[in-house]
Amino acid sequence: MKTPTESRAVRMPGGLSLRLDVRALAVAVLLAAAALAAGVLLVGTGDAKIAPADVLRTLAGNGTAYQNFIVDELRLPRVLVGLLVGAALGLGGALFQAVSRNPLGSPDVLGLSQGSAAGALVVIVLLSGSAAQVTAGALAGGLVTGALIHLLAWRQGVHGYRLVLVGIGISAILTAVNGYLLTKADLVDAARAVVWMTGSLNGRDWTQVWPLLGLCVVVVPVVLGHARALRMMEMGDDAASALGVPVQRTRLVLMTAAVLLTAAATAAAGPVSFVALTAPQLARRLTRSPGPNLLPSLCMGALLLVAADWASQRAFGADQLPVGVVTGVLGGAYLLWLLVTERRAGRI
Amino acid sequence: MRAFGLPLSVAVLVVVALVSIAVGAKGLSPDQVWHGLFHDTGTYGDVVVGERRARTVLGLLAGAALGLSGTVLQALTRNPLADPGLLGINAGASAAVVTAITFLGVTSITGYVWFAFAGAAAVGALVWFLGGSRGATPVRLALAGTAISAALYGYIQAVMIMDDAALGRMRFWTVGSLASASDGTIVRVLPFLAAGTLLALGLARPLNAVALGDDTARALGAHLNRTRALAMLAATVLSGAATAACGPIVFVGLMVPYAVRSFTGPDLRRVMPYAAVLSPVLLLGADIVGRVAARPSELQVGIVTAIIGGPVFIHLVRRRRTARL
Repeated sequence: MKTPTESRAVRMPGGLSLRLDVRALAVAVLLAAAALAAGVLLVGTGDAKIAPADVLRTLAGNGTAYQNFIVDELRLPRVLVGLLVGAALGLGGALFQAVSRNPLGSPDVLGLSQGSAAGALVVIVLLSGSAAQVTAGALAGGLVTGALIHLLAWRQGVHGYRLVLVGIGISAILTAVNGYLLTKADLVDAARAVVWMTGSLNGRDWTQVWPLLGLCVVVVPVVLGHARALRMMEMGDDAASALGVPVQRTRLVLMTAAVLLTAAATAAAGPVSFVALTAPQLARRLTRSPGPNLLPSLCMGALLLVAADWASQRAFGADQLPVGVVTGVLGGAYLLWLLVTERRAGRI
Repeated sequence: MRAFGLPLSVAVLVVVALVSIAVGAKGLSPDQVWHGLFHDTGTYGDVVVGERRARTVLGLLAGAALGLSGTVLQALTRNPLADPGLLGINAGASAAVVTAITFLGVTSITGYVWFAFAGAAAVGALVWFLGGSRGATPVRLALAGTAISAALYGYIQAVMIMDDAALGRMRFWTVGSLASASDGTIVRVLPFLAAGTLLALGLARPLNAVALGDDTARALGAHLNRTRALAMLAATVLSGAATAACGPIVFVGLMVPYAVRSFTGPDLRRVMPYAAVLSPVLLLGADIVGRVAARPSELQVGIVTAIIGGPVFIHLVRRRRTARL
């Protein structure tokens, strides 16, 4: 592990000091700015186009009634859901990858997405539920799956490799269950379920924004508070314990946070694939820091999701192709590249 | 036990196959099964037997293929968690078949079996590339395979979103089922399965040497690269053909070799025949359970094997020794 050269210690009165990684912070700020800019661009994109300047004016409260309606009622909530979902997935992915100590240990691979999908499919196929009920089902599915993986991987503590493998086993079972539910559905329900399972931002409104925002406001500070301990844990459990980190407790808190973030994000937008996998990796390459890169991953996730949604709308027209298809294709290509390079470096 | 084990396994297989013909939405008595198999006069029972015979034969063939393929992959990667489903090879075949059906208008199994091979081979090569080198742990391989599967299933979903008709057909195929078996399907995949099986059995000795480690194998005179390439070919042909015929079925190739090794030991010359005989027992058993469990409809066999196999896999993982291998 190389030492980041650009970190500075900020000393405060009263003996408090804080280590600051300047490059990571700069990357996070730049990514956040880019995500917000992409968000503004996305608000203006659609059947009724609005120039970015007009979008900003409308957001400031100076738009026409027509612009107000389009921005406030239709597009702003969608973009906010996109930003929040992306941020939650980016942070959740960074946590999973750090805890499993593997660049492929993302919620897509570990079965959480399949768990959320199973919850949603039960509601769609067996109960023909409303959109709100689907969200609740997905949330429940994700949380139960997260708890199950953690319980089954528990054996005098949870270790990264066992977590990964148990997750893969659960994921295989749930994939089969989901396939079965899909065959039970009539074609209309099946089509609805498949769109949900791909991940889409279409038709998201304020009712999705508030719970997600509330969760992020509570969970993100908790996670960032544990960043230091997580950094220690990347050196291995024994080394971290020796340095005074309560390894199992920290891991439990962070896993819970990651499951909450991922399940909430998936409940809001469906299992948008590969954002959680790629965001931390891309962030790491930008910060050039081996640590968990929590804040940069969060901002990168938001940027990725909103940019992907914008790309899908520009390329295929509004609401034609769910954003999950775009992230899936890009993520798949990235994954191949990652597999090859990481293998060469012996890190997978 | 050594002398009687294999005949006993074959006897079990025969019984399971007969049960598979007798059990279903309409149960048949042993007399009726006998009548339908050997004195077909076109009675109602005979027609039912005819329908279920194709399904049972396909189950036999696909089960043996998946079991052998799993055995070969586990020996090749020196990894007890290797399985054509888990390593993404089935997903590769599925993605290729979905592409063929949706974009190229291929409808018959003769047409898309080649696509299944191509997809299986592409992913197989990737897995080989990832796992053939030193330092590939079971965790790495399983992760790589699962990640590849996730990407490919994402692609399959995207295709199904864009095309409702494809969704209507594909959602049944992608869970893995024996229900659509016909004599035509069997005749078409049989040559590939036979070739793959012969190749796999022929590789038992060289793969035994490979299992000892590269250096020892070379010292024993094994052709390392040739053995590996042929083994990959055998695994690909077997799982590709099985997937083309019944869709992706996971965990059969994982569970059976593991169980077999517990009483035969690691010698592949003994593991392979048992795996070939006992894997269809598992697959047909799962198919029978699927027919009985969710009456009046059916649970597809791929779902039953995943529900049985998932816990077995997790149990394997929880045993510290296996996962750290």
